[in-house]
Amino acid sequence: MLQIKHLRVSINQKEILKDFNLEVKAGEVHAIMGPNGTGKSTLASVIAGRDIFEVTEGEILYKGKNLLDLPPETRAREGIFLGFQYPVEIPGVSMANFMKTAVNEIRKYKGLEPIGGADFLKLMEEKKKLVEIQSKLNNRSVNEGFSGGEKKKNEIFQMAMLNPTLSILDETDSGLDIDALRIVANGVNKLRTKDNATVVITHYQRLLDYIVPDFVHVMYDGKIVKSGDKHLAIELEEKGYDWIKQELEANASI
Amino acid sequence: MEQITIDISLKDKMLALFEKNKQLLFKNNSKSMIDIKNNAIAKFNEIGFPHTKLEEWRLTNIEPYLKAEYQHHLQTKPIDVDIESIFQCEVPDLDTFVVVLFNGRYIYKHTPLTKLDNGTIIGSFEKALEEYPEIIEKHFNKYAKNDKNGFVALNTAFAQDGIFIYVPQNIIVEQAIQIINIINTTEEVFVQPRNLFIVEKNSSITLVSCDHSLTQTNSFSNAVTEILIDENAQLNHIRVQNKGKNSTLLNTTFVEQKNYAMLTSNVLTLNSGFIRNDLDISLNGEGCEANLYGIYLADKTQFVDNHTFVDHLLPNSNSKELYKGILDDKAKAVFSGKVMVRRDAQKTNAFQANKNILLTDEATINTKPHLEIYADDVKCSHGATVGQLDNEAMFYLRSRGLGEDCARMLLMYAFADEVINKIPIEALRVRLGNMVSKRLRGELSVCDQCVMHCNSKSPTQFNIDLSKL
Ligand SMILES: Nc1ncnc2c1ncn2[C@@H]1O[C@H](COP(=O)(O)OP(=O)(O)OP(=O)(O)O)[C@@H](O)[C@H]1O
Ligand SMILES: [Mg+2]
Repeated sequence: MLQIKHLRVSINQKEILKDFNLEVKAGEVHAIMGPNGTGKSTLASVIAGRDIFEVTEGEILYKGKNLLDLPPETRAREGIFLGFQYPVEIPGVSMANFMKTAVNEIRKYKGLEPIGGADFLKLMEEKKKLVEIQSKLNNRSVNEGFSGGEKKKNEIFQMAMLNPTLSILDETDSGLDIDALRIVANGVNKLRTKDNATVVITHYQRLLDYIVPDFVHVMYDGKIVKSGDKHLAIELEEKGYDWIKQELEANASI
Repeated sequence: MEQITIDISLKDKMLALFEKNKQLLFKNNSKSMIDIKNNAIAKFNEIGFPHTKLEEWRLTNIEPYLKAEYQHHLQTKPIDVDIESIFQCEVPDLDTFVVVLFNGRYIYKHTPLTKLDNGTIIGSFEKALEEYPEIIEKHFNKYAKNDKNGFVALNTAFAQDGIFIYVPQNIIVEQAIQIINIINTTEEVFVQPRNLFIVEKNSSITLVSCDHSLTQTNSFSNAVTEILIDENAQLNHIRVQNKGKNSTLLNTTFVEQKNYAMLTSNVLTLNSGFIRNDLDISLNGEGCEANLYGIYLADKTQFVDNHTFVDHLLPNSNSKELYKGILDDKAKAVFSGKVMVRRDAQKTNAFQANKNILLTDEATINTKPHLEIYADDVKCSHGATVGQLDNEAMFYLRSRGLGEDCARMLLMYAFADEVINKIPIEALRVRLGNMVSKRLRGELSVCDQCVMHCNSKSPTQFNIDLSKL
């Protein structure tokens, strides 16, 4: 579904992703871990189409198509979803208006009729339940005045509304209390099918107890330096990143 | 109708016009009103039209607009117009009492002055001079300041007609009054409506003013409105401006507020040729509240200028001001907001903000919020911002599948919404919100107005396009 090959990305002449490679197939869950400032969010932004980053080398193929040629909205309509590490507050844009516009833009792209008002409200209610949002969301401005945890829940709510093929969740677990973590993870699990895929970026092994990954990758200084199964996350939690650094240095000195 | 040759300046023309037409201008005027008018023309003679060397007019270059060969209609012609053939109200849930100024004169179907069962009087200023001279006498030119600028003095000297509204004590006027100002003529006209709104103690009223022009001909409107909001009374004033590119509109409003009086003003400028709105508010009572909101959308070479002056004279009053603008192409806007807190006005709260989005490098905004404080126990703040659309928010919206144009629209609308959602009547809020979105999408024409449905076969169209970027 997603193939990232030899990707190099810079911002302001500073190289952040350095020969990054990753392949994600339908039905898989990948976890990416790695120290602060390694380039995890940069990777997520580049996949979603943020244009402040410059791709200097490499390619990203999504369903066989060259993703880098597409504007962010087309990527979204093709089924890519980014759960933001820092969701943006947009005063004056109501959640209902935002979601209705998004759902209809995606439907239009697929050649479907716009969703009716009643059906839309039903869909909102149904997906709110999935992430156990009790509050009246519809008339609130996007993320405005939401607590840290509410913002993260709101990301998963949007994911549920848009029903993406490939979801990249950038630290959706940080800032969540234990109950919220379980709710969010359950939400993600319920949305899992054999046809879609998820990439979770996280600092905590704990999330992976709930969303069990098929692969765990450790990212360091702009690339993946180690991959394994869910046990790698446990090992990482025990030994910390120094362990990875030492291994890298040892390899380098050979 | 007066024809004057063009080789003399408009100032001289106006002075001559006054001399020649005293009989008309003084019709039904009391001795003291005649004195006021004579003094006003003397003031105008002394100070003339404002020019860019004056601080208050530095950024408002009115001079080019004084050059056209305007017609001045001082003679009252019986105007026989079937109002409904010109317009009909398009807001289904909005039940308003409609009054119309047509080229500066009051027009009507049945009667020029209506007295409602509750005693409220609504209608023509000219007719009120005849029927309620004591009310006019008591309030005329008591709030307007003829020395503010030459236009105010000139308007006072030539005051003949306009809208007159009088709400007696202890009356809540449930129905909103809709005031429609239409300029529709094939000649170049200079009009000077004079409005007087009196809201007596403990009363309240909502006014919706709509400024329109239906033709492409040059027109100049120098309007002055005087408002008294007496003790514990309330006035909501919503103003919608959708003017053609060859129209010049000066709108000067003076408001006097007594103890615990409350004013909410909303000015929405959707299209303009050249518009300057002056809002001059005297908080001449304790515990007053003045909320001033504005939104201006301009593109092409449109010019919009909002000058506000809030004068805190006595203690414990609050004023709050929020003006926002979106400017495209080579549009120019000016915001100048002055808050004065006099020595006696302790415990004043004054808040003022002006925020702007510029969509091109060529659009300009001159913004000058300022405070002048002579009391020591006050809370005041002011600020201005000028920026572009938020890129982070744009990306967030697009990452959910919204196209670039759609995302931009949504953000511009959201920016404007902070002002729109202050409109106190829901039906109007929804309708005006729709008009703003239409305007932002570039779909609003001059014949597609807030309240009017133009029946003319070839409506004037002019292109407005904030969406094309
Ligand atoms: N807009 C930007 N301008 C300049 N530098 C940036 C920008 N965005 C990211 N960077 C830099 O790129 C590097 C990678 O940042 P990124 O946000 O991708 O890290 P991360 O792995 O997600 O970190 P964290 O775990 O803290 O979220 C950092 O050094 C960061 O300072
Ligand atoms: Mg990050």
